[in-house]
Amino acid sequence: MSNATSAPSNSVALPDGWEMVVGLEVHVELDTKTKLFSASPNRFGDDPNTNIDPVTLGLPGALPVLNRRAVELAIRLGLALNCTVQASTFHRKNYFYPDLPKAYQISQYDQPINVNGYLMLPGDVKIGIERAHLEEDTGKSTHFGGSSGRIHGSDYSLVDFNRAGVPLVEIVSKPDIRNSDQARQYVAELRSILLAVGASDAKMEEGSMRVDVNVSVRRTGEPFGTRCEIKNVNSIRAVGKAIDYEARRQIDVLESGGVIRQETRHWDDAEGRTHTLRTKEDADDYRYFLEPDLVLLDPDTEWVDAIRASLPMLPAERRARLSTITGANKESEAVYVIVERGQDDYIATVADAGGDASRALVYVTQAFAEEGSTPRVPAADLARLTILERDAKVTATQAKTILSELVANGGGDAAKIAAEKGFEALDTSAVEQMVDDAIAAQPDAWAKYCAGEEKALGAIVGAVMKASKGKADGKVVTAILLSRKG
Amino acid sequence: MTTPDPSARLSRDVVAKVARLARLDLTPDELDVMTNQLAGMLDHFSDIDKLDLADVAPLAQPLPLKNVLRDDVVVKGLDRDEVLAAAPAAEDGRFRVPPTIGFQE
Repeated sequence: MSNATSAPSNSVALPDGWEMVVGLEVHVELDTKTKLFSASPNRFGDDPNTNIDPVTLGLPGALPVLNRRAVELAIRLGLALNCTVQASTFHRKNYFYPDLPKAYQISQYDQPINVNGYLMLPGDVKIGIERAHLEEDTGKSTHFGGSSGRIHGSDYSLVDFNRAGVPLVEIVSKPDIRNSDQARQYVAELRSILLAVGASDAKMEEGSMRVDVNVSVRRTGEPFGTRCEIKNVNSIRAVGKAIDYEARRQIDVLESGGVIRQETRHWDDAEGRTHTLRTKEDADDYRYFLEPDLVLLDPDTEWVDAIRASLPMLPAERRARLSTITGANKESEAVYVIVERGQDDYIATVADAGGDASRALVYVTQAFAEEGSTPRVPAADLARLTILERDAKVTATQAKTILSELVANGGGDAAKIAAEKGFEALDTSAVEQMVDDAIAAQPDAWAKYCAGEEKALGAIVGAVMKASKGKADGKVVTAILLSRKG
Repeated sequence: MTTPDPSARLSRDVVAKVARLARLDLTPDELDVMTNQLAGMLDHFSDIDKLDLADVAPLAQPLPLKNVLRDDVVVKGLDRDEVLAAAPAAEDGRFRVPPTIGFQE
């Protein structure tokens, strides 16, 4: 996924004098076997209401007991986001809705488990993380009847409680994001981190990662404006589009003398616009109070240290390492793509086997998209190919042909394939002779080139390639031509 | 010492609002009773507020316990058909509920 790289920008420029302020709330389902407070399976896609128990259904007398693994995954994520892990409590967030059978959601309120972290974006942009707290997911309602198929005007709803009680972490950013590119980069980087630490499968399309966007606008230098929260943003691309749309909408309202109401808006991806879902009146009066059925969660230092020690190398560190090995910019598309695919270890192994890492980066980026983190071509085989090309024993085009063979056969001896295909290197003096012949054969073209007409060179290079049956290295040919020009 | 007027600290409107949020349908008489009773509880808190508690750590939980955790192991739950049989209405293995207005997500 290339969304995290620094270029190219997809942000839509705002009118002069305006600035957007964006904060993101991201809910992720933790990759546990059971629910946050009960022992029913946490599994996506099962038949409705097959993963239910008295706690899930909020039956009288049922008591929640916290899942150790969920706590551990929350701490893993918190540490990976540079948060402070602290003693925390659970609260009841009270509201009535059919997918919430207890009529309250157990969440963390004023003492969340992770606080004060940050995440780095390309260009050394630091986005603060206010908190990353534990809470339970709700059930899933499906609305039927009515004309629109949407919730308003529906005749009835059907509720599945399989998802109710699934462990979530809600990651709340500080309002540090200033354009839609940064927002997309933030979500992409967060997703990479979630996958790296094994906290969640982070599938936006299945809802295991859900992004709510808070957008406000202000004239540069003024205090924060009134914000709107946008829901139903179901892809990284939609995050960018929804933010740009919403900022523009708010500016239009303000510039025409209107005011922004604090409200929740719904992103309609097909229409490419947001519309009002509900205004925030006392709907947000959740009357939080301490959950009396749960005790203090206070992870001891040994536990937190052990979790810290078990963290893998994080994506940012892996990109930096790959950049050092290959010489490529750590914010380049190729570096992001390779780390995303988990193929950076492989390239490190190619380098260890004496290969040319910068060429390996190009080969792997182009040819190993379907290969996963352990490509079938042995690293030593790829290393030999990079050396053949580096030493000009084969041309870049020939190397590409050999690479296709290696991929098709799951490995092989690059030098042998080169010989079989007649890719043996042309010696430089032979190429020089061909160049001189080509110049002699096309004096007009040569004169034009020498007079500054770069295009004229094409005919001469073409003649050399034809004479060499494609075996001459284009770079070598160009170098010789330059030397002849004097 | 005179008994403070409860309505000075807790208005009837606030109690009515809390009742509405909790979906409690109170009669005017009940609202008066509740306002008085809740005000009495607030009096108790104001007594506590008068104490010097600078050296007392905040109490998150009255139980002397922390980190009560369970292992992440699946235990068989409830049978769907049995549960749905007890519901007012069910359809396609799911609970059937009336349409929702002013919903939350």
